Amino acid sequence: MDFGPYILLASLEGAVTAAVLALTAVGLSLVFGVMRVVNIAHGEFFMLGAVIAWWVAQSMGGHPAVGFAAALVIAPLAVAAIAVAADMTILKRLDYDPERTIVATIGLLYIIQQVTLMTYGPDARPVEAPFDTRLAIPWIERGEGGWQLYWPWGLGTTSYKLAVIGAAGAVLIGVWLLMSRTRIGLVMRATQMDRDMALAFAIPVEKVYALVFGLGAGLAALGAVLIVPIQQAHYLMGADPLLLSFIVVIIGGLGSLPGTVLAAVFIGLSDGIISVFFSPTLAKILATLLVGMVLVFRPQGLFGSRAA
Amino acid sequence: MTLLSTRGLSKHFAGLRAVENVDFDLPEGEVRALIGPNGAGKTTLVGMICGRITPSAGRIAFDRADITALPAHRRIRRGMAYTFQITSVFARLPARENVALAARRRLRGAEADAVVHEALDRVGLLDRIDQEAGDLSYGHQRLLEIAMGLAQAPRLLILDEPTQGLSESEIAGFTALLRDLAGRTTVLLIEHNMSVVMETADRVTVLDYGAVLAEGTPAEIHENAAVQAAYLGTG
Amino acid sequence: MSAARRSLALHGGLIALLFALQFVLPDYHHGNLARIMVLASYAVGYNILFGYTGLLSLGHALFFAAGMYGMGLTIQHLGFTPAPALVAGLVTGIVVSAGLALLALRTSGVAFMIVTLMFAQAGYLTILYFGEYTRGDEGFVIQQAERVLWGIDLSDPTNRYFAALILFAICLMTCLHLVQRPFGKTLVAVRENEERVRMLGYDTFAHKLGAMIVSGTISAAAGAVYGLLFGYVGASFASVQYSIFPLLWVLLGGAGTVLGPFIGTLFMFYLIDFSSGITTAYMLIAGVALVVLTLFAPQGLTGELRRRLWRWLP
Repeated sequence: MDFGPYILLASLEGAVTAAVLALTAVGLSLVFGVMRVVNIAHGEFFMLGAVIAWWVAQSMGGHPAVGFAAALVIAPLAVAAIAVAADMTILKRLDYDPERTIVATIGLLYIIQQVTLMTYGPDARPVEAPFDTRLAIPWIERGEGGWQLYWPWGLGTTSYKLAVIGAAGAVLIGVWLLMSRTRIGLVMRATQMDRDMALAFAIPVEKVYALVFGLGAGLAALGAVLIVPIQQAHYLMGADPLLLSFIVVIIGGLGSLPGTVLAAVFIGLSDGIISVFFSPTLAKILATLLVGMVLVFRPQGLFGSRAA
Repeated sequence: MTLLSTRGLSKHFAGLRAVENVDFDLPEGEVRALIGPNGAGKTTLVGMICGRITPSAGRIAFDRADITALPAHRRIRRGMAYTFQITSVFARLPARENVALAARRRLRGAEADAVVHEALDRVGLLDRIDQEAGDLSYGHQRLLEIAMGLAQAPRLLILDEPTQGLSESEIAGFTALLRDLAGRTTVLLIEHNMSVVMETADRVTVLDYGAVLAEGTPAEIHENAAVQAAYLGTG
Repeated sequence: MSAARRSLALHGGLIALLFALQFVLPDYHHGNLARIMVLASYAVGYNILFGYTGLLSLGHALFFAAGMYGMGLTIQHLGFTPAPALVAGLVTGIVVSAGLALLALRTSGVAFMIVTLMFAQAGYLTILYFGEYTRGDEGFVIQQAERVLWGIDLSDPTNRYFAALILFAICLMTCLHLVQRPFGKTLVAVRENEERVRMLGYDTFAHKLGAMIVSGTISAAAGAVYGLLFGYVGASFASVQYSIFPLLWVLLGGAGTVLGPFIGTLFMFYLIDFSSGITTAYMLIAGVALVVLTLFAPQGLTGELRRRLWRWLP
């Protein structure tokens, strides 16, 4: 394959990564922004979404689309419910102290991961996509008779991948509308700006926090359900989304939603393209160093403008 | 000799002029009171002097050396001591260790112990030496702050509203302590309690809207119409 | 008896007890205790930064691994003997901890935690990246012949126990000495209220830098000795899990107590040892312990002991 089509393919794959990453990272960013809680267990909520999706799809039977559709609804809701329970039993009792909640969510990470290992087991299991038509993509090239279209071998995508990108975009717009146009979004933003003031205005801060933590986890689970027909569900699959979400949230500016989405697209796209040139390990080394350096020298993020 | 002086010292917070173009001179050995209505910029001015706040413009000289660029701890080492307006003692450490931390920067062992005992004795807290600072009453915590200032044997002692929350008898004790210090230590005192100011200060500087409104002896300031207007809001 | 003498007697007593135990313990527990003493030394190092200075690092595996690889790689590729290899491990630890400290100490609180986590992760990935020399995840074995220090074979269980005890005694006494010195007391004050310490004229950055280097160097010493005594160097010791372990041990045993790290390591080691016999999901115990400790006993075992009984405990 020529270089041009190759980059296009990498960008398409990158767009899928970016779409799922944006959902996961927005969940993490929302939790940090509103609650000031750094949720280390976020990747495990992602993993739970995939595992529950497998479990739902598997027990439904019939056409793959039926099981998948059910998983798309049930998995995020179930994960959100688990997150709300964790918030009310653990985080609330710590009074959302930033450092102690980090330690507690590290504990939560191991609890979720290890319980999954004990019940679901160490195997990776696939979920069938609801539809999976292969689409070839044309490329233009200057031939003997001027510009002409042709279909390079291997350059293509699937209808499902395009649907993932579309679905993620739709959900992100939904989150944005929720935050900017609804009463509950207003309440969340008020709580984010000044917790004490929100309390003074009789906003039920504890309920808002539980809701936000559930919403954040649900978004991660939704991202996982979308990706699980492409990847597979495995009890250790939470580590990479956690790291990537961290990178995105920190580079995008802690707690800033537009910055987070922008950074997700940037990281997702460049991840595909960078891995063309570098080994994945080296790419990860550079990414983690970048996050560290950004926090040290530019804590407001590369795209953010306000202090974190 | 002038121990401390500022020239054109200003601080702007997001457009708000907290302190504007202050020239301030404090001769060695003087007890100077800094007064003014709430929000006049007293704590900001003092914060810039001891290095907690970076000035937007202006210079600060201490003992004839320009200290504008020095970090706070280096200024303290040159002989400043600062007691916090909001009590900021080490709540989970005993009173002894609180004062010892202040003393140990320049002394060690038995010498430091002696200074700790002396400082606690002077503020009347010697009998509470082994109590955790957080368990002390609010007034006693304020006195512990002052003991921490004394233990540093500073050339310039900056006291930010030291009598706030003290009882009448504690205020009387503090006034006596300050008189005792007078002449040996230069003191910059932010104070709302006018009787304390009248009894202890050699001179008074009045700050209003971030600028120096008046300066003089306590008696002069007491008579000054502009000062009365600033405080009472009447002509 | 004064507090200083009592604590000297207590900690000296622990070391004497550990010395005596080797004559009565069955082989299995004898081997375990040697391992626990080295890991507890690591926890002692961690505690200086977390317990006494109040800086929660999520990247101490970087220091442990710096010591381990500084020792192991010089033996493997440069043909060092154990003594200079241990020195190499220590020097690597000093350099790495000073380097990370200069960067990470520009931040505080949550940012400090994430920065240490990220740099430690980068270190772990770097070990994997240079798999040609480090053999990555698989790691490499240090042969018995290369583990003879001054004529003493460190692979022999008795010698190994002694070596572990010596390391632990040095680390424990260093920590005890440190926290009773003005430097250590100033660190405690930094933990309690950094701004106030600064306004007493102390250079708090220099103090935190010192604490992080001492902490990192002790961790590196533990890592180097661990590799040498047990003859294996692998990337798993640089992973996030090995940054979480010392946090867990110290939280369990009691942060900011000299004895806490040992007690926490002892309990957690046997808890995990016991549960890994039942299930492969033994890290579940670690997770539950982290949550329960944070919720109900942030002072840990020794901390509770100090609060309820022995107030003089350092």
